[in-house]
Amino acid sequence: MITPDRTVSTTCPYCGVGCNLQLHVKDELIYRVTSDFDHPVNQGNLCVKGRFGYDFIYSNKRVTTPLIRKQAQAAGARTQAFDRSEWREVSWDEALEYTTDRLVEIYKRDGEHAMAVYCCAKATNEDNYLLQKIYRALFRTNNVDHCTRLCHAGSVTALLKSINSAAMSNTAAEVIDSDCFIITGSNPSENHPIIGLQMKAAVEKYGSKLIVIDPRKIEMCDFAALWLPLKPGTNVPVFNAMAHVIVNEGLVNREFVEARTTGYADYVKTLDKFTPGYAEEISGVDRNLIIDAARMYARAQRGMIFWGMGISQLSHGTASSLGLIHLAFLTGHVGRKATGLNPLRGQNNVQGASDMGAMPFFYPGYQWVDDEKNAQNWEQLWNVEPGGLNRKRGLTTTEILTHAHPGGVRALHIMGENPMMTEPNLNETRKHMQQLEFLVAQDLFINESGAFADVFLPATSWAEKEGTVTNTDRRVQRVRQAIAPRGQSRPDWEILCDLAQRIEARLGRPNSAIWNYDSPAQIMAEFGKLDSNYTGITYERLERHGLQTPVPHATHPGTPFLFAKDFPSGRGKFIPVDYVPIMEPPDEEYPFILTTGRVLEHWHGGSMTRNSALNEIYPSPVVEIHPVDATWANFTDGQPVRVSSRRGAIVLRTRVTEKARAGVVFMSMHFAEAAANLLTNDALDPQAKIPEYKACAVKIEPAAEADLPHPEIRTERGRW
Amino acid sequence: MAATVTLQIDGQSITVAAGTTLLNAAAMAGATVPTICYHEHCTANALCRLCVVEVEGARVLAPACVASVAEGMRVHTRNERVERSRRTILEMLHSASDVSEAPEIQQQLDDYHANRERFGGGERREAEVIDDNPMYIRDYSKCILCWRCVQVCAADAQFTYAINFSGRGFETSISTFFEQSLTDSSCVFCGQCVGVCPTGALKPKREWLLEQGQAPADILDATRGPGKKRRERK
Repeated sequence: MITPDRTVSTTCPYCGVGCNLQLHVKDELIYRVTSDFDHPVNQGNLCVKGRFGYDFIYSNKRVTTPLIRKQAQAAGARTQAFDRSEWREVSWDEALEYTTDRLVEIYKRDGEHAMAVYCCAKATNEDNYLLQKIYRALFRTNNVDHCTRLCHAGSVTALLKSINSAAMSNTAAEVIDSDCFIITGSNPSENHPIIGLQMKAAVEKYGSKLIVIDPRKIEMCDFAALWLPLKPGTNVPVFNAMAHVIVNEGLVNREFVEARTTGYADYVKTLDKFTPGYAEEISGVDRNLIIDAARMYARAQRGMIFWGMGISQLSHGTASSLGLIHLAFLTGHVGRKATGLNPLRGQNNVQGASDMGAMPFFYPGYQWVDDEKNAQNWEQLWNVEPGGLNRKRGLTTTEILTHAHPGGVRALHIMGENPMMTEPNLNETRKHMQQLEFLVAQDLFINESGAFADVFLPATSWAEKEGTVTNTDRRVQRVRQAIAPRGQSRPDWEILCDLAQRIEARLGRPNSAIWNYDSPAQIMAEFGKLDSNYTGITYERLERHGLQTPVPHATHPGTPFLFAKDFPSGRGKFIPVDYVPIMEPPDEEYPFILTTGRVLEHWHGGSMTRNSALNEIYPSPVVEIHPVDATWANFTDGQPVRVSSRRGAIVLRTRVTEKARAGVVFMSMHFAEAAANLLTNDALDPQAKIPEYKACAVKIEPAAEADLPHPEIRTERGRW
Repeated sequence: MAATVTLQIDGQSITVAAGTTLLNAAAMAGATVPTICYHEHCTANALCRLCVVEVEGARVLAPACVASVAEGMRVHTRNERVERSRRTILEMLHSASDVSEAPEIQQQLDDYHANRERFGGGERREAEVIDDNPMYIRDYSKCILCWRCVQVCAADAQFTYAINFSGRGFETSISTFFEQSLTDSSCVFCGQCVGVCPTGALKPKREWLLEQGQAPADILDATRGPGKKRRERK
C-alpha cells in the first residue's frame, strides 16, 4: 500500500463541469485521483478524463525548456517544426528578451492593429486576466479573443441580445429538481459526463422527463421520454414550431410574458408559418413528436433547457439560440430553481476566460470596450494615461487569422490554444498561419499551431500552479499546486508578468501598469475591484467548495441561479428569427451531411488526451455511418474510406452504427492524422462570427488500407 | 405516521425523524457502529452485517444500515451478543479474503479482539490480478463483495451496468458479463468503482505499478502503448 506524500485538492483541467479532484502524490508522481464525496459539483464522481487522464503532464513530448526556432521564419513562408532538432534550447532570459524585441519592433512599426492574442479557456482566471491586460494596456489593442468564439459565440450573442447576460442561468445539479428538461445539440454523457450522471439520475430516480433534440442517437436518448432526431441545421423550425404549439394551445405563461418580456406581439406574428407540419418537412422530425415535446415542456412546473455546440456552431447559431430562449420566455421557465437557460460550457475555464475579458468587445466583467466610462475606469486601474486604451472593438478569433497579412495582424501570441486543429477549413487556416510575421506559443506541447511559432514558452500544467477557474455554472474554484514544475517550465502568470515588465520597459512607458504580483490571489484582488461579479471573492472564501458568481461583496453567499427578479436587460426581448438553411446543403456530388463533435475519451485538439493513456482506449478516428447509408453505399464496419468536402479530404475507418442518423455522418475533431476540420465549412454566423462546424456536405468513397495514416491502429470498442 | 420517533439507544433516549436508520440514529446518539459495505453515497444493502445491533424483543440482530427506528425501540449498539457476531464476521472475512490493504477492517479486527487465525487453513478466495486495460486493475483476492462497485456502476452513479455479481455462494465474484475484458464491456472507465473500493481490490494501474517498485517513468510508459504516433506528417 502506498502512503501519499501529500493529497492535494484541486479542480479538474478538462470540461466545464469543474469536478473536484484529490490528487494523491508520491515522489512527484500523481498515482491516484479521488474526489470529495461531499462536493456540490460532482459528489465524488469523476469521468475517465478526470480520474485517469492527467498523465499528459508527464509525457516525454512535453516541452520544459524555452525554445527558439533555429531557422528564422519569414512572413508568407512560415513552416511547422514538430521536431526538437529544429529548435534551439535557450534560457528564459533569452526567450523573453527575443519575444519582447520582436513584439515591440512590430508594434512600433505597424501599431496596435498588428498585434493580436489568443487567450486560453484552459488557463486560470488570473492567467487570462494578465494576458488581456498585456495586450490592452501595453499594446493598446482589443484583438483579444479565445476559443469561446468557436464554441458558444452563437449562444453568447443571442443571450446578450435578449437578456444581456451570457452565463448559464442555473446550476446543472438542479436538474434533479426539474420535472422536464430538454437537451439539444449537446451530448452530456460524453462531453459533460458528470452532468450527464445527474441527468440520468433526474430521469431514473427523480421522475423528471427528458426531451432530446439531436440528430444523433446519443446515450441520453436511452433515458429520454422523447427523441426528436432533426437534420443538422434545422433547429429554428423545430423550436419555432414548438413555440407555435405553445401559443396555439394556450400554454403560454401570460403572467411571465407580460411582467418580464417585451416584443411578444410582434414575435407571435412570425410564428404563423412555423406549423409542426412545416417543421416536419424541413427537419424530418415527426410533427407529433414536436407537438408532444412542446406540451411536455410547457406543462412542466420546472423546465430546464440545456444546450451545446449543436445549437451555436452553425451559420445561424445566434438564431438557433434565440429560438430556445423564446421557449423559456413563453413558458416562464427561467428565474427559478431547476429552470433556466443553460448553455453547457465546454472548457474548464471558458466561463472564466470570458469573464476575464478575453474577448475583443469586453474588458473584464463584460464591460464594453467602446464605452468611454469603462475605458476610463480601466485606465485608472492600470495607470494608463487618459485616452490611452483603445476604444475600438477588436478582431475575433476567426478574424484574427483571416487578417494575417501585410497591413493586418503581424504578431500573434497563442496561450494554450491550437487553431491548427480547431479552426474550420484547416487548409485555409494553414495559409493564414504562414502569413504571420511573428508567433509566440505558450504551451505544454509543440502542437500543430505551436509548430509554426518562432519562440516557445514552456508553461506548467494545472497540477503545477495556483489559481482559480470558473465552471459552467459560474462556480469559481481553486486550482492548487500538487507537484513541482517540470523542468524549467513556469506558471503562465509568472511568464506573463516577466514578459510584461520587459515590454513595458522597452516601450518606455512612464507609469507601470503593475506586474509585480507575488501570487495569483493578488491578481484576483485587482480585477475584483472593477468586476463586481468577483468583488466578493477571495482565495480564503473559495477554500473548500468555491463560490458561484456573481459575488458582489465580501459576505455574499454566491448565486446558484440568476434572474429571480429581472434580467440584466430589464425585460427579456423576443427577437423573431426566421429559418435559414445551412450554407452547404448536400447534393448529388456531396450527398452526406457531416457533423462534428467530441468523444468521451478525448479532448478538443488532442494536446492533452492524445499524450495520455486515454489514447490507448480510443487510439484512432472513425466516421460514424448509419446502417441504412452503409447498406446503399456498400460500406462495411471498419472499412477504410476517404471522406471529402469541397475543402479537403481525409482517410479513416467507418463505424456503422445507429447512433448516426441516415444521411448524416459524424466525426470527432481530436485526431490530427484525420482532422475533421480539414473538411468543415468556414462560413460564419454574421453576428457571432462562429463557424458552421456542425454541418457541411461530404462524399465518402472506399479507400485502401494503405491509405490510412496508421492502418495497424484501430479503435475496436464501441460502448453502445 | 408521526414525524418523529423516540427510542432508546444504549440506554439513552433520543428523538429522531421517522424513517431514520439505526445507523444514523446511533451516530446522533454518539454511538459508533462499525461498517464495511456501507458507504454514505451508495445504497445500503446490509450485505456485510458488521453493523448489526441488538433490538430488544427481536429474534435476530438488526443491520443498522437499513433497519429503521421505531417508537419505543430499545437498541444496544455494543453488547456481548453484538460483539461476538461482529468478531466472527471479521474473522471469517480475514480468513477468506486478503484484507491487508483495508485499514478500516484491520482497525476493526483489533477493536473486536478478533482471532486472525480462528478460521486459519480455510479455503481462500484466490484470484489472479486482472490487468486488461491501461486505467485500473482488479485483484479479486482482496474483494469482500461489499457491492459498492456494482452499485456505483449502476444506479448509484454511472448507469453503465458493466459489472455485477457472478456465481453463487462461496464462488460469488464481481465480474463483467461472461467475464469479458473491461475493454470489451460497456465500461467507460470512469473509475467510480475504484473510488469506493474499501480493500484495494480495484486500484489505479499506476498505483499498482508503483507498489511493485517501478520507477515513475516506467509506470507512465507501461500505461501507454508503444509506437502510437500522434500525427502523420507529410
